[in-house]
This record gives sequence, structure tokens and C-alpha cells, in this order.
Amino acid sequence: MIQNPVLRVVSKLIIPLILLFALYVQFHGDYGPGGGFQAGVLFASGFILYAMVFGTRAVHKVAPLWIWRPLVATGLFLFIGVGFVSLLFGKPYLDYDALAQEPLVGQHIGVFLVELGIGITVAAVMIVIFLAFAGRNQ
Amino acid sequence: MIAAQLPVLQVTVPLLAAPACLVLRNGRQAWLVTLVASWITFATAVLLLMQVLDQGPLSYAFGDWAAPWGIEYRVEPVNAFVLLIVSGISAVLLPFAKSSVAREIPSQQVSLFYTLYLLCLTGLLGVTITGDAFNLFIFFEISSLSTYALIALGSDRRAFTASYQYLIMGSVGATFILIGIGLLYMMTGTLNLADLAARLPGVAETRTVRSAFAFLTVGIGLKLALFPLHLWLPNAYTYAPSAVAAFLAATATKVAVYVLLRFVFSVFGVGFAFDAMPLSMILLLLAIAAVLSASIVAIFQENLKRMLAYSSVAQVGYMVLGISFASVTGLTASILHLFNHALMKGALFMALGCVMYRLGTVRLAALRGLGFRMPWTMAAFVIGGLSLIGVPLTVGFISKWYLVLGAMQKGWWPVAILVLAGSLLAVIYIWRVVEAAYFSSEEASNLEDVREAPASLLVPTWLLIAANVYFGVDTTLTIGVARRAAELLVGVSQ
Repeated sequence: MIQNPVLRVVSKLIIPLILLFALYVQFHGDYGPGGGFQAGVLFASGFILYAMVFGTRAVHKVAPLWIWRPLVATGLFLFIGVGFVSLLFGKPYLDYDALAQEPLVGQHIGVFLVELGIGITVAAVMIVIFLAFAGRNQ
Repeated sequence: MIAAQLPVLQVTVPLLAAPACLVLRNGRQAWLVTLVASWITFATAVLLLMQVLDQGPLSYAFGDWAAPWGIEYRVEPVNAFVLLIVSGISAVLLPFAKSSVAREIPSQQVSLFYTLYLLCLTGLLGVTITGDAFNLFIFFEISSLSTYALIALGSDRRAFTASYQYLIMGSVGATFILIGIGLLYMMTGTLNLADLAARLPGVAETRTVRSAFAFLTVGIGLKLALFPLHLWLPNAYTYAPSAVAAFLAATATKVAVYVLLRFVFSVFGVGFAFDAMPLSMILLLLAIAAVLSASIVAIFQENLKRMLAYSSVAQVGYMVLGISFASVTGLTASILHLFNHALMKGALFMALGCVMYRLGTVRLAALRGLGFRMPWTMAAFVIGGLSLIGVPLTVGFISKWYLVLGAMQKGWWPVAILVLAGSLLAVIYIWRVVEAAYFSSEEASNLEDVREAPASLLVPTWLLIAANVYFGVDTTLTIGVARRAAELLVGVSQ
């Protein structure tokens, strides 16, 4: 834990912005630069900054340790599941056309869900790796 | 409808099961999920092989994007056969893994173990089935990264250094493969393997393509532990948990050999690889060096897992030897040996897993007199050993037979004699175990109350032993498929 007041105040100010920007990169990734991987890393960096300044225990208060493992799996399930939905409609794996009446809408939904899955898994994995290393001595 | 989706189910079923194991905290449930996924995978592989032998090559376009642009899964006799090997070994191994893993891995890590195992299986199957060079690299990394972690789960602390060594060597190999693929992409503008094969002849006379070939050969050589790039393998197999050692020994190097076949024969073509480039001589010399040196080193090992690991390096030598003949018979021998070596090494490592379960060690000195304490386990080891040597009525004999046949067709008599010399060296290192287990004057002190391994370990081990004998007698399936695959590989490229 760092006692420097400047760091504590500034990080408290910018962490919400980091998370917000991560969400922007995630959900605007269809139209602009960005996507699930970048967004996941950004989102995780908010948590990692919080852990570095306020200590890992503060992070455990925000999100208990048991939450991360299911989150890692959730993202993967979402990605693989989208593919299986296409299969259920008799289309090839990951054919997003199956997800809506209009193929274009289907493609949009498909990319959105897959990127969301990537984002969730990447963020959760980054945080888990950081917490695992940071918590080695505890 | 399902029949058309089989290629994708082959990979996505274990991939879906992996996060499921991650969520399940209970090791028993995770094992059950893994078992079901693995059996489904095996059934898929059997159906795929039947379909391919019936109707010819299958192609599957991901997301309905047509082949050269989208990612394609392509199933031909050769990779359908490798899929069968990988998923079949996994299906037999998992009932064995349950007790073995419970004994060797802390209970809170068991569900993580199965997650990694499924990812490794996914990776190996993906490498085998894909028809896209970059996809192949990604799946290679999925399997390798999970393998590093699986090895590090070993109970011995040296498992960490073994894993780290493999991580470094494996990453160098992966980088070389990636560079090779990148160079090919630069010259042809495509990543689809079939498309690459069609476009490469036009640019074959360039230094870039030649270096791509060199990078790929060395990179894949690292992954398949070709002498002298095998240094990671003995430690990795020795200190990995028993079930992991059995799985890796039976599948991982096989898949790498398949990738070498795929690149040399279907992408670059026989003309480029063996006439324009001196691949035949390089592979021949390295293969012979592998067979002789690794077999000799194996004779001097005290730790039996390490002995089998060195023997694996020698056996990889046999497979590569068959490739270096660049003939249908040689290739048949290689592909046959992929299957046969998976059976024998899987069975031998599982027998050692039984020993590890009861004794907690596989050192030769601790095994004195074990043949009477654990008769079934040691009998399995002996029959597996005979198969490794290449005694008639076992699968080992069939592979050696075809290898010698291939060498004679080429008129390479010294090579045929060296193959037999390799078998004699195998007799020596297997005999050391037999001597310790059955003919020791006194029993090792640690055998006081050692009993036979439980049935859950013995039944899968004996299943593989039975397969060793069965496929050593009835060779219609193995030779039929191997020959067809070999003809297709050599024929396509001419």
C-alpha cells in the first residue's frame, strides 16, 4: 500500500475513467479502433492500479477472490456458445447469420457477443495473474 | 446434419468442457466432465475416419467463409488417423488418470489439472485437423502452453525447472514456426495450406521460401524432439505427473511428426523438399543419430521414466527415418509407427504410473523383486517392452518390418542394419528392468507391504497392452489407413 496522498487521490480520480474508457473501447469496437482484447486489458489495468496503490486487500473488498474463476470461464462460454448457437440453427460453426433474421444484424450481434466474451476473459485472466503474483507472500 | 458438423465438434467439445472444469471446484466432477468430453471426441474421431475412408477428404468452412479466405478444417486419411490416435489415447487414459492424479496432485488443483488437460487435448486435435497455417500455430501454442503448466504440476520440485526448460525450447520452436509461416505468407499472400501448396511452386526458387522451409523444419524439429533438439524432453517426461507423461509421450510428439509430414509433403512437396533441398540426408543422419545415441543413453538411466523418455527420442528417430526415405513404404512405416508407438509408450508409461501409485518412485533400485509383488503391472511392462523392442506378434514388429522394407527398397542396407541394432539396444534397457523385477537375489527394502495396483489403473493399462497385441496381429486397419495416407501424401505432391 502506498501512502503518498497525490497518488491516492489521482488514482481514485482516474480509475473510474479508465474503466469507462475500457467499456468505450469494448462497445465502440464495432465502429472504431478497439475490441475485446484491448478493452479487457484496459479494464484489468484499472483494477491493477487500484491494487498497487491501495493493496490487494482493497481489491478483495471490491470483488472477492472467488468471483474471478467463474468470470474467466464465462467469457469463454460466451464465445464458444455463440458458435454452438449457429450449429443449432444448422449453420456452420460461428456463422453469425444464424443469430438474426437479417444477416447483417446477425453478424453485428455475433461480433458483439464474441468480443464481449473475449473482453470478460482477458480482464479476468489479467487480474487473476496479477493477484496471484501479488498474493504470493500472504 | 450432425455428420456435416463432425470436424468442428472434434475440437469444440473439449474446448467447451475446459471452462466447465474451471468452474467446477470438485475434482471428481471435473474428471467426469473430462471423461465424457474425451469419449465424445473419440467417437467423433472414429466417425470422421470412417467418413474420410468412405467419401474422401472433408472440408469445413468456419463461419461459412470459403476456404482460402476463411479458416478451413480439412480431414484427410493421414490426419483422421492422427485424430484417432490422440483422442483414442485420451479416452483410454482418463479412467486411469482419476486415481493417479488424485494421488499425485493436491486436491485443490485437480479441477485446474483437468482444465489444462482438456486445453492440451483441444490444441493437439486442432493442430491435426486444421487446414490453415496460422490456425495451426495457434493450436500448437494452446497445447504447448497448457503442457508447460501440466508438467509444472509434477510433485517433484525439479518439475519446475523441467517445465521452464521446455518453455524456453518450445517457445524458440514456436517462434521459428511462426517466422516460417510469416515468410510463406509474405511470398504467397495466403495461409491456407492447400492454397499455399498451389502457389509455392511459382516462387520456390527464392531465398525467402528456402529460409521459410529451414525455419519450419527446425521449429517443428524442436517440437518433435528430433535429435539434437530433444534436450527438453527427458526432464519434461521424467518429472511430469504420471498421467501427463503417458499422455504426452503417446500424443504430443506424434502430432508434431504429423505437422512435419504435412509441411514437407503437402505444402512444399517432395520435389522441393528432397530434390531442391537436402532434407533426406539431414533427416536420415539425425534419425540414425537419435536412434543410436538415445538408446545408448537410455541403457544407463536409473530413473525408469527418464529411460522411457530417452527411448521416446529414439522412437521419434524411427519415425523421422521413415520420412527421410521419401517413399510410400517409408512413409507408411512412419505413419504406422505414429500409431504403434502411441500404443506402446502409452502402455509403458501407464505401467510406470501404476508403480508410481504404489511405490512413489520409479527408480530401478526400488523395483527389485517387484515382479512378484505387482505381477500384473510388471507383466504389462514386459509385454509393452517386447512391443518396444519389436518382437513379432506385437505392434513394434510391424513398424520395424516396414522400416526395414523401406530401407531395402532404397538399397540402403546399412540403414536396415542400424534399425535392427536399435532394437538390440532396446532389448538391453528393457532387460535391465526385467532383471531387477524378476531375477533379483533380494527384494528392495521398500516393498514390505506393496500390493498390486488397483483395477482402475490396471484395466486401462491392460487395454492398451491388448491393443499392442491385437494390432500386432490384425493389421488391416492400421496398415490400410497408413498406406492410403502415405500414397495420398506422396502422390499429391508429384
